[in-house]
Amino acid sequence: MEKVAIIGVGFTKYDRNSPLTFAEMVFEATSKAIADAGISKDDVDNVVSASSDFWDGRTISSMAISDASNAFGKDITTVEGDGTFAALYGMMRILSGSFGVTVVCAHHKGTESSMNGITNCAFDPLVERRLGIDAVSSAALQARRYMNKYGLSEEQFALVSVKNHGNAMRNPLSLLPMEITVDDVMNSRKIADPLKLLDCSPVTDGACTLVLAAERFAKKMTTNKKRVWLKGVGHCADAFRLGDRDLADTRALKRAAKRAYAMAGIDDPRKEIDFAEVYDAFSYMEPLWLEGLGICDDGKGCEYLERGYFDYGGKLPVNASGGRLSANPVQSAGLYAMAEATLQLRGKAGKHQVRNAETALVHGINGMCGQSHCVWILGK
Amino acid sequence: MPSWKDNVDVIVHEGKISVPYSWTVGSTLSRFYCELRDNGKIWGNRCPSCGKVFVPPKIKCIDCYEDLHDWIALPGTGTVETYTVVRYEEPVLHPRKAPFVYAVIKMDGADTGLVHIIGGVDPEQVRVGMRVEAVFEAKREGNILDIKHFRPMK
Ligand SMILES: [Zn+2]
Repeated sequence: MEKVAIIGVGFTKYDRNSPLTFAEMVFEATSKAIADAGISKDDVDNVVSASSDFWDGRTISSMAISDASNAFGKDITTVEGDGTFAALYGMMRILSGSFGVTVVCAHHKGTESSMNGITNCAFDPLVERRLGIDAVSSAALQARRYMNKYGLSEEQFALVSVKNHGNAMRNPLSLLPMEITVDDVMNSRKIADPLKLLDCSPVTDGACTLVLAAERFAKKMTTNKKRVWLKGVGHCADAFRLGDRDLADTRALKRAAKRAYAMAGIDDPRKEIDFAEVYDAFSYMEPLWLEGLGICDDGKGCEYLERGYFDYGGKLPVNASGGRLSANPVQSAGLYAMAEATLQLRGKAGKHQVRNAETALVHGINGMCGQSHCVWILGK
Repeated sequence: MPSWKDNVDVIVHEGKISVPYSWTVGSTLSRFYCELRDNGKIWGNRCPSCGKVFVPPKIKCIDCYEDLHDWIALPGTGTVETYTVVRYEEPVLHPRKAPFVYAVIKMDGADTGLVHIIGGVDPEQVRVGMRVEAVFEAKREGNILDIKHFRPMK
């Protein structure tokens, strides 16, 4: 099978109340990515975008960024979900043989609307939506279930917030670099028990673009210092209704991870993955998803965390960028994570560069409480 | 060199999207809501293949993809599997003023959880494993809030 590479990355600085329109943000991210790849805009033959009509406040929102994403005179298609799924679609388009060089872009302006109102609309209007539940309150239900199933504590979840906000201190891009303690997290404003303010990611604006290329183009167009290969990917969805799942069961993620590892030829993810960007919109999610990813056994994520295993200088650095807890532009969060992994693998991550970065894992989710997962393995 | 962008007085336009919808509730959930509205009863349905009972009922089993014909009246009691005390106000979205409690309730006689509100108790007293029962509204309209809330069993 032909291989696909990331040959260019570009993004805006994370922001709140950005003075740019979402299309202007996509212009910035996409021109940077094309420049980073060192190609011409005419080398690109199609665009896959990730956006959400509700967040954008207009329908067919991808049409509003066709110029900005360099799709004018070409082809654009859209994924309504996290950027990791747009990258998946972009790779599939290349592997189909129909396209050679794909721009994958994602944008999100969270600060222009109501997070709770929009995420409430993700629930079935015939059942749960009427209860007023949203992303935060449903995450709180998942956090409690996870605690109860494995006997975990809020203090253990707080350690994720301490670690990731601390990591953000090394990342100039980040929105919330903070040196905080477990007590700071525990004493922050209660939002929906067991979640406090510092367990939750900030509402964020940001656009990110990747340029993907088929092997034959990637080798012609770029040097091997720039290229990062998409070595494996796996994706899997769970049931829609929260009550149809055990919220502490990561069965969908386990399947997604298994497929990604098989495609990348990874036998033991604990040994073969050098660093990971794992979806941490809420603190408890990081250890829960690390269990689903097979990095540790079920219920053991917090123990590893306490041992410093996932620290910046630990055995397997997780969210060295600061993670979603330090900046979370929802639709584009996964694409930022892939761009971050690309810079790390190039050895160009600056002050938060991790050691021996050869193989990266990037994880994105879609839907409430991680209904659907996309797992990427990237490598040199 | 300073950018011309630094001196722009950026304008913000306020907006609101208001679009009416009429969502059909479909045959399966309509029957569920008619039972709630007319008889104050919570019904589930069972998969003929794996035996799993779903509430709210479904047209097909999510595991087996078999049609679910077998309807079962549930006793309306259950156990709190997980809960959260909501501390923030969302006057338009929330049917209650904060603090109030959402829970996933594992319903007796069913294999799935039902997301709903726990009431009739101090939010600080709610616990995982608590036994609860449905309290119905006196005036019912055929929606999920015909169940007013679940309260701790005596
Ligand atoms: Zn079945």
